[in-house]
Amino acid sequence: MTVKLVLREKEYEVKPGMTLLDSLKRINILSESVIATREGEMILDDEILKDGEVVKLIAVISGGSMSLRSR
Amino acid sequence: MKCKKCGAKASVNMRQHKLALCKEHYLEWVPEQTARFIKKYEMFTHYEKILVAVSGGKDSLGLWDILVRLGYQADGLYLGLGIDEGINYSHESQRLAQKYADEHQLKLHVVDIEKEYGQPIPVLADKSHRGYGKPCAVCGLAKRHEMNRIARDLGYDVLATGHNLDDEAAVLFGNTLAWASEFLLRQGPVLPSADGLARKVKPLCRFYEREMTAYCLARGIEYIYEECPFAEGSQSIYYKELLNQLETARPGAKLTFYLRFLEARKSGELFIENNVERAHLHPCSRCGQPTSAPDICSFCRMIEKVNAVTES
Repeated sequence: MTVKLVLREKEYEVKPGMTLLDSLKRINILSESVIATREGEMILDDEILKDGEVVKLIAVISGGSMSLRSR
Repeated sequence: MKCKKCGAKASVNMRQHKLALCKEHYLEWVPEQTARFIKKYEMFTHYEKILVAVSGGKDSLGLWDILVRLGYQADGLYLGLGIDEGINYSHESQRLAQKYADEHQLKLHVVDIEKEYGQPIPVLADKSHRGYGKPCAVCGLAKRHEMNRIARDLGYDVLATGHNLDDEAAVLFGNTLAWASEFLLRQGPVLPSADGLARKVKPLCRFYEREMTAYCLARGIEYIYEECPFAEGSQSIYYKELLNQLETARPGAKLTFYLRFLEARKSGELFIENNVERAHLHPCSRCGQPTSAPDICSFCRMIEKVNAVTES
């Protein structure tokens, strides 16, 4: 009885029946920092996750050479 | 959650706007908003030639896609940085940029830093001893230098980059922490052209980073998902994570932070505008681009240092 959430190479398991937002809170991932997809379709925070589902989390933050200036 | 426009199941929820949209209406909304920002900040017109800096990432490919959908004359520029680090990073990002260009019959200029300056970015960073062991500072310097050079040399009216609101808020946050007034006064959606400097615009500056990810997913744009191997642990990512914690507790905090800054800067209440001057800029004796450094610019000085080390 689990729901699997996958972020990059990491896999997390949570109990079914919770919303996506509550599931993300359980595994300490900020909803703001990811987009969740199920079978290729984007799902929102209020979606109830069911047993056996696999949710792919896509990290949205990128960065690197951004220096603290504007030009 | 339902789409505010049609009542179908929503795919994207933007809490800062109290707006949820289905995929179809989201794909209409993003270009509409971009067009609004381009007009509001007087970025460019349909008569001007735009060079889009394309990295193969979600923001720049998303920007290119939006501009083309809006009917602008937009060509791409890909800078080959020579970053491999065991994951073929630059090669893969170039492949995806080229793939997008080919699929949409668009022109992509490709400039390879190693071919131009003899060394890839990590080696330039190593030999020039800039950036405390990380090539990000040299990478940023080289990108700014090359983007400006190519936009100018190829006769483009404007250079467009894919900076999103999270990028802008993170820079603003960092510059505010340091009270870097000179940089604060220069930050904005448009950096006007000046002697030797192309006009730079950021049409995505009011979209959250997750909105650009959602746009690329909804449009089916394949972008490089892997993070630059050198970005791990970077200051910009740390600031973005902090700001996202704030956003989670206070939806709209990032947007307000940035927009209130723009308003304050425009009104002159932030700093005294007279402090901003470009009078001390002069052309670099090597490449001709404007610089405040004596004689040659920081980029040419870095290349000179690398060449000296290589020859010795």
